[in-house]
Amino acid sequence: MQVVHIVFYIFAAMAVVSALVVISVRNPVRSVLALVVTFFSMAGVWMILSAEFLSLILLLVYVGAVMTLFLFVVMMLNANSTGSREGFTRYLPFGILLVLLLVALMIISFGSSFTQLPAPVPPGADYSNVTQLGAVLYTEYAYPFEIAGVLLLAAIVAAISLAHRTPKQRKSQNINEQLRVRREDRVRLVKMPPEKKNDLS
Amino acid sequence: MASLITLIWLLVKIVALVLALVVLVIYLTYLERKVIGYMQSRIGPNRVGPRGLFQPFADMLKLLTKELIFPTASNRYLFLVAPMISFGTALAGWAIVPFDKGMVFANLNAGVLYSLAVSSLGVYGILVAGWASNSKYALFGALRAAAQSISYEIAMGFALIGVMMAANSLNFQTVIEAQSGGIWHWYWLPLFPLFIIYWISGVAETNRTPFDVAEGESELVAGFHVEYSGVMFALFYFAEYANMILISTLITVLFLGGWLSPFQGIPYLEQVFAGVPGFIWLGLKLSFFVYCYLWFRATFPRFRYDQIMRLGWKVFIPLTLVWIVVVALAVQFHLPPWFK
Repeated sequence: MQVVHIVFYIFAAMAVVSALVVISVRNPVRSVLALVVTFFSMAGVWMILSAEFLSLILLLVYVGAVMTLFLFVVMMLNANSTGSREGFTRYLPFGILLVLLLVALMIISFGSSFTQLPAPVPPGADYSNVTQLGAVLYTEYAYPFEIAGVLLLAAIVAAISLAHRTPKQRKSQNINEQLRVRREDRVRLVKMPPEKKNDLS
Repeated sequence: MASLITLIWLLVKIVALVLALVVLVIYLTYLERKVIGYMQSRIGPNRVGPRGLFQPFADMLKLLTKELIFPTASNRYLFLVAPMISFGTALAGWAIVPFDKGMVFANLNAGVLYSLAVSSLGVYGILVAGWASNSKYALFGALRAAAQSISYEIAMGFALIGVMMAANSLNFQTVIEAQSGGIWHWYWLPLFPLFIIYWISGVAETNRTPFDVAEGESELVAGFHVEYSGVMFALFYFAEYANMILISTLITVLFLGGWLSPFQGIPYLEQVFAGVPGFIWLGLKLSFFVYCYLWFRATFPRFRYDQIMRLGWKVFIPLTLVWIVVVALAVQFHLPPWFK
């Protein structure tokens, strides 16, 4: 039992417990926060596998951006879902089916050696996860990589065009117009003769 | 046994860094009050000690002895955890900062990414604090902080991509060494737009004026930390100032040659200043950016929220995208003297 193993078990336990919290807790905000912890522990596990690039990207993209947006939306909606408990039992069969499929996929991909996998070879000191990834991603898998990029772009365009409202419906302000404003557009200097004082007598 | 000694030695170094950081931060608050004071024709704190030099200690004692108040119907556990997240992420960023040649806690290969990831984690402290307080002002502050940090992180990330391409590395040590050769070889010149964008995004990322809508004292009282008192407020305060110093250090490392001497390659001056250790240069360079934070605060009015969003999405991101293409071309065609 090395220190690495202890660290791995800590991260693994954190991931499993927080994943359970995600689906069992009532409050959606807490659930999202638990999901953040899950991602964080998985990033730790990946780091132990010396996949530091993937691990940091997971932190940066999922924890730093995606989950922040999730939290943003959940907080904005202030959704206090009381009916999530009924959903738990209702979707349980579906969840079990998914888990079974995933386990089957793992067994098929690992074959018969599922219980006795060889220990991963520790990479050398000059091993760079970034270089390794870049070398295959931009040569061998350049085509699928580009297709995935275009797919994401199409999804972004679709999402924006669905949510886009014409300028008439929006209440946004034209900042260019605001910046171009001169004093003459807003203030009018009026010359007028001094008024006569009321004669009170 | 040998590993135990290295572990203890590492812990000693970490404690030394944290203590140094605490002293720096509390004197930064003093400096801020003095600088802004003089800029507004006031004297600033001058009662405790000579020229008010012990004022930060008095402030710290006051904050440490104050009562901790938990608002009713607040989320107690998360309310307590939020300042810890802020404090922890503010410290974690220092793990990869190179203070001198070989003087770094973790010489990570993907150091640039690590710095970006940690700074993006920092927003959780604010978000959790705002939500757990169960107060509308705090919640508004938290939501603004989240939206702002997501927008400016993208521009920041693109600016970093430019640096990575120019240095051909994600390691801070390599990034600094790629800039060696005097002041004209530092990346602020070939990557000038990225330098400015990273700087401004850094100010936005730390929620300082003119991007301090998350605190916005004139509209949101104190934003996300309205409900905090005593030590927990002090932790948020510490995190904010430690992040300011961290961002200043990162700007220095990425665009101003980190611990490199500015007199490199100048015949006479290079020999005269050869004995100055690298961390002195780093300190001098980063203190300029720290000073600018205070200067901005005394100078600029707060941005309106929609203007912040416009600047981030419609100005910075397109600009960085264009300049990344320029950098790619420069690297490809080995534009002298920067890219060999």
